[in-house]
Amino acid sequence: MLSFIARRLGLAALVALTVSALSFGLLFLSGDPASAIAGEGANDADIAAIRSFYGFDRPVIVQYGDWLWSALHGDFGQSYYFQLPVSSLIADRLSVTMTLGVCGIVFALAVAIPLGVAAAVRPNSIVDRLALFLSVVGQAMPSFWFGLLLIVLFAVKLGWLPPSGTQSWTNFVMPTVVLGYYAMPAIMRLTRAGMLEVLGADYIRTARAKGAGEWRVLFKHALRNAVIPVVSLAAVQMGFMLGGSIVVESVFALHGAGFLAWESIGRNDLPTVQALILIFSMFYIVFTFLADILNAWLDPRMRTG
Amino acid sequence: MKSVLTSSAALLALVLTTPLAYADKANDTLDVAFTKELENVDSYFNSSREGVVLQRAVWDGLIYRDPKTGDYVGNLATEWKWIDDKTLELKLRKGVKFHNGADFTADDVVATVNFVSDIKNGVKTQRNVDWMKGAEKVDDYTVRIMLKAPFPAAIEYLAGPVSIYPKEYYEKVGPSGMGLKPVGTGPYKVESVDPGKHFVLVKNEDYFDGPKGKAKIGKIDIRTIPDVNTQLADLFSGTLDFLWQVPADQAEQMAQMGQFTVANESTMRIGYLTLDSAGRTKSPLTDLKVRQAIAYAIDRKAIVDTLLKGKSKVLHSTCFPSQFGCTEDVPQYSYDPEKAKELLKEAGYPDGFSIEFTGYRDRLYAEAIASYLQAVGIDAKLNMLQYSALREANMKGEEPFTFQTWGSYSISDASASVSQFFKFGSLDDNRDEKVRDWLDIADTSIDPEKRKEYYKKALTRIAEQVYWVPLFTYNTNYVFTKDVAYEPTPDEVLRFVDMSWK
Repeated sequence: MLSFIARRLGLAALVALTVSALSFGLLFLSGDPASAIAGEGANDADIAAIRSFYGFDRPVIVQYGDWLWSALHGDFGQSYYFQLPVSSLIADRLSVTMTLGVCGIVFALAVAIPLGVAAAVRPNSIVDRLALFLSVVGQAMPSFWFGLLLIVLFAVKLGWLPPSGTQSWTNFVMPTVVLGYYAMPAIMRLTRAGMLEVLGADYIRTARAKGAGEWRVLFKHALRNAVIPVVSLAAVQMGFMLGGSIVVESVFALHGAGFLAWESIGRNDLPTVQALILIFSMFYIVFTFLADILNAWLDPRMRTG
Repeated sequence: MKSVLTSSAALLALVLTTPLAYADKANDTLDVAFTKELENVDSYFNSSREGVVLQRAVWDGLIYRDPKTGDYVGNLATEWKWIDDKTLELKLRKGVKFHNGADFTADDVVATVNFVSDIKNGVKTQRNVDWMKGAEKVDDYTVRIMLKAPFPAAIEYLAGPVSIYPKEYYEKVGPSGMGLKPVGTGPYKVESVDPGKHFVLVKNEDYFDGPKGKAKIGKIDIRTIPDVNTQLADLFSGTLDFLWQVPADQAEQMAQMGQFTVANESTMRIGYLTLDSAGRTKSPLTDLKVRQAIAYAIDRKAIVDTLLKGKSKVLHSTCFPSQFGCTEDVPQYSYDPEKAKELLKEAGYPDGFSIEFTGYRDRLYAEAIASYLQAVGIDAKLNMLQYSALREANMKGEEPFTFQTWGSYSISDASASVSQFFKFGSLDDNRDEKVRDWLDIADTSIDPEKRKEYYKKALTRIAEQVYWVPLFTYNTNYVFTKDVAYEPTPDEVLRFVDMSWK
């Protein structure tokens, strides 16, 4: 087990390194960072001053080495755009994204799993059709549009919730629903499919035969097995959500990490982009890792693997 | 179970009854939206419009230009005179205090000027400060600013981007500290800064009796909301009071509803086409007749009337009309597609030609231009790029034909527009020695009449040779609640100090 973890971690570090080197190179290919930082209407002198100020006149490989060396020492440098330490900037933005991501995945699981189970218990019933309808709509509706619909209804018409910002917890209600609803259909469909398969298995018939109650059969015996692929999927979804939803964060003016990443790319704010990419790839790695452990706990067969 | 139910009900009741933080006339707070994340509140280290807006509220310049009359009056300085054509002596206002209680004296002016004019300190827009060599103190309330070369627009810059910072504080905290906790002398103090997201200003009760006047609204709460639709929703729900830069379509709808005040005012931004007449890219644009054909082919009035709307106007000269030295009295090209076709035939392109056409914003306008050109046989292949990418290709001389815009940083002097592009810089696609020499005279002469004369000569030659096709001036829409009284100015600078409750 220990060597398994060590191997996984080594691989993870390699992935993170490759991603960061690639993104560094790509950012330089996308345009001269000095003229992007100089902004609109800068003249030659402005750009030349910035180029030497930030050391863009050095070879890209040297600049990357510099960045990597500092990053390994925990120093992500200063944002070119905000002229603030990247670490404090990201910590601030990430707290919003974390809150939203956790709320979103909890909402998605809380709605999708019971709905998936209900749909599987009575296939082709009205409940199943309703669940299918909900998931098709969730998959098809662009989240910026759904977000605006909610804003128009709950903020403008009813006045119950604030349209945008992060001042209080009420600001997070609509974004949670939008983000969660986007992640819900896949989880719901996977739960339904898994449950359908498991419910036809022999051991379920055995459980019923020995007189176990229906709830016990469904949730203790069936769901525990059906949910294993759902855990992996939810982990990936969670990684995706912590990477931030650019659209949701932009519509509700939440200023999270995803929006920061998107804007920073446009501004050629290299230190910020690099640090975010590293953190986002770490999220994926950590969550898939946790999902493996959780699955091993749910399914003893995997523990010996 | 019962307790769960009651607590849920209580929670629900709380949600339904908690009044949202409506900021309005009743609690003397004006809620304003920014669309773009402002980089650094320190005005020397940002280059955005939002930055200019905060700069005018938080800091003061030595001189002030009345936005209505265009006259220069004293602000932190009370009087000034040219000692020679490179030395300006200013007498400073006494009794002014910075927001942190420090007294304003000549030391602050000297420290600020010497800091910002030193290229090593990396001020973002070098043009705003690089004309100054430095400053020296004569006595506590008299300073001299030394110029590198004669620069008659100096007064305009001292009334615009050059603000005075408190010496001791700025030396201690530097630009990033200043951005997080700004300290100035202006009519508003900064209460809090949440970088890029949220800025709160409060009225400076001790503001001196200056030309800006005292603030009337107690608190200005600015949030950055990137999506215009969300901004409008906030306005409707009462969580915002003031929007600006609202797109023409939305502003029109809002005006029809009659629920809010919709004001339109022109900005100093101009739109234009650049044509590579110097042949840096080997295109047909080296031929004057081809360039004239392009100027005749585009119905600029129709574009202004149907797309830009508001106070936008067709532009004939390569500068903003209200800038000092700018004149529209130059050769003009009206919409005449037949003449355009004729000129193309004379130039040896009876069937037209195809050319790369690059833009970076307002795709709609660029597409309209391309379709007018199509109508006379010119196949302009539109390609939209990021600004920095276009700029880079442009500087390398790889862009034959572009649609660009320029805002002159709200500097009301032709040296901030035409002179930026026709003096053999890397963006100069025309390289006309006559134009360059005339602009040099106009930029550095102290005599205003001589300056006007030479700007006119240069602008006339640019128009005759169709080095650029000037298109139109931009406008912006302000939408605000009926409680707010404000008259926008044509320089797109929001002046909170001029806003009041009705």
